[in-house]
Amino acid sequence: MKLKQKLRATLLAASIAAIGATSAQAQISDNVIKIGVLTDMSSLYTDLSGKGSELAAKMAVEDFGAAKKGMKVEVIAADHQNKPDVGSNLARQWYDVDKVDVIVDTPNSGVALAVSQVTREKGKAFLVSGAASADLTGKACTPNTIHWTYDTWMLANGTGQAIVKTGGDSWFFLTADYAFGHALERDTEAVVLKNGGKVVGKVRHPLNTQDFSSFLLQAQASKAKIVGLANAGGDTTNSIKQAAEFGIVKGGQNLAGLLVFLTDVHALGLQTAQGLILTETFYWDANPQTRAFAKRFAAANRGIHPTMVHAGVYSAVLHYLKAIEAGKTDDGTKVVAQMKSMPTDDPLFGKGSIRQDGRKIHPAYLVEVKKPSESKAPWDYHKIRATIPADQAFRPMSEGGCPLVK
Amino acid sequence: MEIFGIPSQALFGQLLIGLINGSFYALLSLGLAVIFGLLNIINFTHGAQYMLGAFCAYLFLDKLGVGYWWSLLIAPVVVGVTGVIIERTMLSKLYKLDHLYGLLLTFGLALIIQGLFRNEFGSSGLPYRIPQELQGSQNLGFMFLPNYRAWVIVVSLVVCLATWYVIERTKLGAYLRAATENPQLVQAFGINVPRMITLTYGFGVALAAFAGVMAAPIYQVNPLMGADLIIVVFAVVVIGGMGSIMGAIVTGFGLGIIEGLTKVFYPEASNTVIFIIMAIVLMFKPAGLFGTQK
Repeated sequence: MKLKQKLRATLLAASIAAIGATSAQAQISDNVIKIGVLTDMSSLYTDLSGKGSELAAKMAVEDFGAAKKGMKVEVIAADHQNKPDVGSNLARQWYDVDKVDVIVDTPNSGVALAVSQVTREKGKAFLVSGAASADLTGKACTPNTIHWTYDTWMLANGTGQAIVKTGGDSWFFLTADYAFGHALERDTEAVVLKNGGKVVGKVRHPLNTQDFSSFLLQAQASKAKIVGLANAGGDTTNSIKQAAEFGIVKGGQNLAGLLVFLTDVHALGLQTAQGLILTETFYWDANPQTRAFAKRFAAANRGIHPTMVHAGVYSAVLHYLKAIEAGKTDDGTKVVAQMKSMPTDDPLFGKGSIRQDGRKIHPAYLVEVKKPSESKAPWDYHKIRATIPADQAFRPMSEGGCPLVK
Repeated sequence: MEIFGIPSQALFGQLLIGLINGSFYALLSLGLAVIFGLLNIINFTHGAQYMLGAFCAYLFLDKLGVGYWWSLLIAPVVVGVTGVIIERTMLSKLYKLDHLYGLLLTFGLALIIQGLFRNEFGSSGLPYRIPQELQGSQNLGFMFLPNYRAWVIVVSLVVCLATWYVIERTKLGAYLRAATENPQLVQAFGINVPRMITLTYGFGVALAAFAGVMAAPIYQVNPLMGADLIIVVFAVVVIGGMGSIMGAIVTGFGLGIIEGLTKVFYPEASNTVIFIIMAIVLMFKPAGLFGTQK
């Protein structure tokens, strides 16, 4: 009997303590904010996202000062292997079993579109940095997803427009055959046509292709002035490298890398990559804050400097935690609404905002890859040629067809 | 002139490209066939060893300033020696067991090696330039043929045929083949069979590394470069007939060409066509095109 009483008292004390803890931390489910970094840990997008994204999320938690504010935040990570089914299964398991509150990063648009739907179903939050498809804030938008760093429309509008305007008016597309490639090709084609150019041909290659020579030969035969690379990561570096070998540029055609990351430039080497025009929303050597971030980041990431995807993960997690602090809840739908209602401000992207359709708004930069002679230090690769102001960098909300906007 | 709606000039170009890719398939499947034919080991580490070859070339250049030509010689030797060590310390314990054990061991090794390299070097690849002497390209009228690619075709043809010749037409090859049929008897003639088998494995591995060095300037030097390729190469070996040297060479080149043509007519299927062919061949000739039913 005594034992039972004791047990009851202990239980009571424990539950009181639990209630106390809950009220102190408001509506935080099971007292922990759990951030799941769902990314490519083993394949062609690993260096531009991968471990670096996990690191960026952890840095954001640290810089937010979660521990000092009495918030318990945990960061976990997993590999989606670039397979939408693996990705959505992981997301389900995370949400249902592991009590994850928010999924971040997720390069590969195919996986991101799948996870976005799972997130909506479960009423959680999804902060996309790595994936590109503008459909995430277009016809596939949800009240639970925020698309942070960049998208296909922005890339098309930045790189595509700059090239058409300087005379590159006939295009041949080399497109990665999945959601991302299709979206990038579609958005770039629209920009080309709108600016009076034409598309003379396209070819779709499987994701993670080693040899592009056959496709490059077709591009060469098309006589298009511009060979547009609607692919990413290893696919882009392989196509650029092999295009040089087949004398595409020497033959008078030009390459347009529609999505080229800092890590891709590093992999190509400046000798091959020099002169490439690309669009990005973050460059590590832009100002003292970004440089300080890059220094810390590279020291913990085998010297790899942050790509815009890494920066986006950092910025998104930081804003997410601020929104929880302000709204006192980690309920996915509510936090996302809170995030949209607050202006964003962080050392990497500066001041910005999040639109109703889930699109994060900030400026974009048109950059050119430096010549080997211009580069003063390792990772000193880009020079900024133009800044596209925030209000012009992304697709106007009215054109996206997001059902939330109506 | 047009063939199936494709200008014949473009078609010639694609055939040539197919032949170049086929060169890599042939070089790699040759190594696999030699190892399987003489050791009865299904060497799943082959892709990783191909990658090691490319990394050797990269590291030699980056750390020691040793260029492409020396790498072409040294890298296969270095990687071959690691192969010899693997054979002596691990594989040699498995010869009496089922094939499956060798397969599991080599598959596990491949995962470990690739994982270690990915951890160290990341996944986006490292730059490696085409050697000065082989830069530039020839205008063949129907296409620009980069000099380096022409070199790839020539070298792999020479290496493949030389290997075939040594194994099928020389006394050394005869010993090797005899040793796989009846090791005791060959040993009784005073030939050191275990050493011969070790060296054969080393040679097969060196061939993979050689292909890796050849590939370094045109593909990215990437920890996973062999992981995707090895599956295709296995399909090539299965189609050609496990253990058949000539089969591996001919199917390697042949499938390269078929894959090249698929890239023109229906590019989306270019990474599956080889497996479709494999399925069809296995249905009608389970031992492969050049294999003999044992």
